[in-house]
Amino acid sequence: MIGLISYLIFFTTVAAILSIAVLGLNLQWGNSGLFNGGVVAFFGAGAYGTLILGGTAQSAHLGGFELFYPLALIGGMMCAGLMAWVVGKLTIRLRHDYLAIATFGVAVAFENLMRNAEGLSGGAQGLRGFERPLHAWLGDGFTYNAIFLVFVLILLIATYRFLELLIRSPYGRLLRAIREDETAAQSLGKDPAKIRLASLIIGSVIMGLSGGLYATFYAFISPQDILPILTFQIWAMLIVGGAGNNKGAVAGAFLIWAAWTASGWGLSRFAPLEMQLYTGSIQFILIGLVIVGMLLWRPQGLFPEKLVISQSGRAKHVKNRE
Amino acid sequence: MAEAILGLQAITRDFDSFRAVDSVSFDIGRGSITGLIGPNGAGKTTLFNVLAGLLPPTSGSVQLNGQDVTRLSPNRLFGRGLGRTFQIPRPFAKMSVLENVMLAPLAQMGERWFGPFLHADKVSLQEKAIREKAMDVLEFVTLDKLADHAAGQISGGQMKLLELARVLMGDPELILLDEPAAGVNPTLTGVLIEKIEELNRRGKTFVIIEHDMDFVMQHCDPVIALAEGKVVFQGTPEQAQANTVLLDAYLGAQIDE
Repeated sequence: MIGLISYLIFFTTVAAILSIAVLGLNLQWGNSGLFNGGVVAFFGAGAYGTLILGGTAQSAHLGGFELFYPLALIGGMMCAGLMAWVVGKLTIRLRHDYLAIATFGVAVAFENLMRNAEGLSGGAQGLRGFERPLHAWLGDGFTYNAIFLVFVLILLIATYRFLELLIRSPYGRLLRAIREDETAAQSLGKDPAKIRLASLIIGSVIMGLSGGLYATFYAFISPQDILPILTFQIWAMLIVGGAGNNKGAVAGAFLIWAAWTASGWGLSRFAPLEMQLYTGSIQFILIGLVIVGMLLWRPQGLFPEKLVISQSGRAKHVKNRE
Repeated sequence: MAEAILGLQAITRDFDSFRAVDSVSFDIGRGSITGLIGPNGAGKTTLFNVLAGLLPPTSGSVQLNGQDVTRLSPNRLFGRGLGRTFQIPRPFAKMSVLENVMLAPLAQMGERWFGPFLHADKVSLQEKAIREKAMDVLEFVTLDKLADHAAGQISGGQMKLLELARVLMGDPELILLDEPAAGVNPTLTGVLIEKIEELNRRGKTFVIIEHDMDFVMQHCDPVIALAEGKVVFQGTPEQAQANTVLLDAYLGAQIDE
């Protein structure tokens, strides 16, 4: 029994952490139409930033600043935001698939940098020497994980509320207008470049928070944690849940993470032995199928975006969206 | 002519080796409704895009209220009082009609991301004022009953009216309309003309690209004709109708009846 509860806590913690990243992507793609193909770079910047700033002194790589944990986490988020600012400035003229390719490239470059810049990131060995906050008081076991889950859930709810307020404000209206038709928005006095940059940064800071929490949870981060597959998983979560709908983003994260975990478990348990070698590859194929299937048969996702009538909070469902 | 609100000097715009607009110069008088006519491909929309800042001219210059605005971006031009609509309507399809209109006012406090967090009271007060104004403008263009519909679901003619409503929210002095009557049913066209004339009496200046010659001859003065990127005629509608070369070449039978 306690084993099952322990496992549920573990599962929920990871799903909630990933939900935060999906919420960040939803601001960028769902609300602003920014095709970020390098989610994992911003997630990774938050993860590495948090561990470098909050870790104990190490001889092998940068770190040992031992910052007070909340500051380390905020620092990690700022690393992600700073990277988004640089990437945004460089790709300011790119749209749609071009932006996706450029950001995908950034993520691959980031992963390779982390893998090779040993003095910065510990290289392929990853970053070690991070003590989980309050570790000395709470120990390592069940209690710690339960309390950490509560902490993650509080941050998930805070992020959700922040984004809901944001997209129902005039700022959200501005983002949607840029998503729908940049030229028309510009003809009405809006500056698309500025708006897209701000949305990219805010979304990436949220992804950085997710990465920081992920690294805190495992007290470890390595290049293996920031492979392109994570970007695809996070995209699948948003597409399945419903781009433009924050509830959908969170639901999609839990669903896809459950499906991912269950498929891994099922394959390792029931698949013939010679197939088990390919569990990872089969899961890659499955996630691709989920994305393609959703886009073909239910592109609006399980929870379609709701039409905001005005900023009074009244919202109505639109039936015949594309 | 009244004082010029907009002045064009030798505007030329090339697309690779093709010269879409060829050294066009004219002034738009404040308070006028200018009709811009010409066959398809004459360069009318390209000229609009240059005037509205969407395309930089290859050469030439534009003055708005006596100030050079030649290479200003569309957003800055809107801020200086130049609004435009599009030949093919560009609604924000998955936003409500009301939101489409509420987007347009300039300098909204809530347009900063931290607005709703730092100055929630001021933002909501401003929103209330904007919503009231938006409903007034929607009523003016007879779209108030569609306020809570998705803009992508209204008819093409209604989208034309919606674009006019959006532009009006920014209160520009000069409004460029690209084929406002194309694809619009006669009843809506009647509404549109009535609204344009009412706005004109309140001091707005219009430049209108239109293929409907009845519309142009009855409601526009002066009339400017473009062909192959050049100005081939400029004068009153009466002069246009008396100009046999213009009639034969570009208008043909359309005026006969």
